[in-house]
Amino acid sequence: MNAAAESAIDPRLGRLRWHCRRALLELDLVFQRFWDKVGDDLDIETADALERLLALEDHDLWYLVSGREETDDPQLQPLLYRLRQL
Amino acid sequence: MSYTVRKFDAVIVGAGGAGLRAAIQLSEAGLKTAVLSKVFPTRSHTVAAQGGVAASLGNSEEDHWHWHMYDTVKGSDWLGDQDAIEFMCRKANEVVVELEHYGMPFDRLDNGKIYQRPFGGHMSNFGEKPVRRSCAAADRTGHAMLHAMYQRNVKANTQFFVEWQALDLIRDEEGDVQGVTAMDMETGDVVAFHARATLFATGGAGRIFHSSTNAFINTGDGLGMAARAGIPLEDMEFWQFHPTGVAGAGVLITEGVRGEGGILRNSAGERFMERYAPNAKDLASRDVVSRAMVTEINEGRGCGHNKDYVLLDITHLDPGTIMKRLPGIREIGLQFAGVDCIKEPLPVVPTCHYQMGGIPTNYHGQVVVHDQVINGFYAAGECACASVHGANRLGTNSLLDLLVFGKSAGETAVADLQQGRAHKPLHTASIDKTLARLDRLNTQKGGANVHEARLAMQRTMQKHAGVFRFDNLLKEGVAEILKVSEDVARTEIKDKSQVFNTARVEALELDNLIEVATATMISAEARKESRGAHVRDDAHDTAETPNGRDDKNWLKHTLWYREGNRLEYKPVQMKPLSVETIELKKRAY
Ligand SMILES: Cc1cc2nc3c(=O)[nH]c(=O)nc-3n(C[C@H](O)[C@H](O)[C@H](O)COP(=O)(O)OP(=O)(O)OC[C@H]3O[C@@H](n4cnc5c(N)ncnc54)[C@H](O)[C@@H]3O)c2cc1C
Repeated sequence: MNAAAESAIDPRLGRLRWHCRRALLELDLVFQRFWDKVGDDLDIETADALERLLALEDHDLWYLVSGREETDDPQLQPLLYRLRQL
Repeated sequence: MSYTVRKFDAVIVGAGGAGLRAAIQLSEAGLKTAVLSKVFPTRSHTVAAQGGVAASLGNSEEDHWHWHMYDTVKGSDWLGDQDAIEFMCRKANEVVVELEHYGMPFDRLDNGKIYQRPFGGHMSNFGEKPVRRSCAAADRTGHAMLHAMYQRNVKANTQFFVEWQALDLIRDEEGDVQGVTAMDMETGDVVAFHARATLFATGGAGRIFHSSTNAFINTGDGLGMAARAGIPLEDMEFWQFHPTGVAGAGVLITEGVRGEGGILRNSAGERFMERYAPNAKDLASRDVVSRAMVTEINEGRGCGHNKDYVLLDITHLDPGTIMKRLPGIREIGLQFAGVDCIKEPLPVVPTCHYQMGGIPTNYHGQVVVHDQVINGFYAAGECACASVHGANRLGTNSLLDLLVFGKSAGETAVADLQQGRAHKPLHTASIDKTLARLDRLNTQKGGANVHEARLAMQRTMQKHAGVFRFDNLLKEGVAEILKVSEDVARTEIKDKSQVFNTARVEALELDNLIEVATATMISAEARKESRGAHVRDDAHDTAETPNGRDDKNWLKHTLWYREGNRLEYKPVQMKPLSVETIELKKRAY
């Protein structure tokens, strides 16, 4: 990650991490794996997509993450694909 | 470290079902009410509840609150207080209909009335046959409930403090509660919420166990805060285990899977439930199935490398049926066990699900210690112990508990405040204790790792105070957990930043978890009988002690005090409000 990206992302990281605390254990576990993998190394595109996903209601989010439902939103697809592979 | 003070009439900690229900009562009475929550209200753990909420509406068949009361007393293995149970069951219809008026989209019958489905342990005519008592909103009951109540609170001008972590109770020398200290996660600022009424609705602490169906947020903060302020915790030895959590992950596999024909098997492929429950087999009650599973594992017939789980097999079912009748199960298997349940069985273990004990209250929602009311302090929901669930909770009764006792705690607080209770001069010595705790965490050098200490606690609880309890394991468990608590007292965090420092939040949560874990282990070691969810292998089924339950010596509530890990006991309230006592009987279904 380059320096410019770091300064743009850094203040958001803690907030994004906390917003991964969900009401459903299923989601907690998936996001735990996600952070274990990425550490603090999150690019801006992924952070933006994550922020949008995290704004969803828990059940809707779980349907997407588990693959029970699909989205045709091109910004979300790559991250969802990654989350499903974890 | 400094802090600021904010004054409210009432401060509620927790914005799940119980907190939101209580807040409606206070705000609609025109009182200035603050609600604090670690997460956005509609992300509270109540969202996970799908099964429904119990009420004897009798919309599909005859039902009565007295039958519901009987089921709840029996389910509790007679440890529930019969005054509180009568109160809850009588109030059920009222709070469910109220919720409907708040806009809750319940499933409906063709005639427009709320649709009701059967649920384990709920029967008609004093235990005769199953009855339809559970009201649900598709598979999103808890979620819909929170939405309806959140909207109602917004209208009533409840002031929400979202992503705030309450840290400690403010309690003065006379024992009166004056509010809480809390941290704004976004800035790291500490604020003393100075209130005339303080109400805890912080939910359960299921994360003390290694295998838990609870989301990460259930860290028992309210219990930790109460314990540190010298208030005892009641009946903490009683935890409900669900038989089928995914091994290693905890995610709940609904009972519906066995209902559709799922079979539990050991390492030899044997359908072992035939030996333990020849009639009901895999559909026997939760505690019977859980114990059978643990016995198989303990006797070396578990599966996998460590022989530490059994298998839930649905490979004989038609894939179409699985996809249609058990939606979501396949995804859970794939994600958390790496198994396609259409082709291979799922690894499962009994998993911690619900906390029956908590902060002692009466049915008015006031916190009480041996009948003595703690002025200014109220509690409701899973963090509280009224006690309606006693030694074992019936499914769908906890959403009911939130509504009934959220409301009644709110009503009592309103009445107390309207009688003119004033703000007492702020007890700054309590606040100094919080600041010292934060300071310790910020400056600790060479301390223990939070993640490792938490894992040690969870493993200790799982091994020593799980589904099936043994005298020697419990005794060792007490020593082990006290050792872990020494580590928790010296946790260290590397990241000292102020903004959304999740490492600090987790360290502070661990301070609460360890209080709950210690209370559980010590209370469990001391109770020398089996009752409801507390099952000891050395408590035998005799005429005087049915299923190992020893009413002569143990028909009493445990109270654990943090100071010196002292235990006291108090009698069970056997006298209901208006009907006859439901007399002691062997609990059999
Ligand atoms: C998978 C699952 C399914 C279930 N299904 C059912 C069912 O069908 N029917 C039923 O009756 N029961 C069910 N239960 C049980 C039921 O969901 C819970 O007992 C109930 O929702 C608890 O509600 P609560 O309001 O007490 O707490 P929660 O909903 O857990 O809310 C706790 C609140 O406290 C806040 N909080 C906690 N600590 C702090 C702090 N330090 N500072 C600030 N805020 C804090 C949280 O942010 C949250 O807002 C289920 C449980 C699970 C795990």
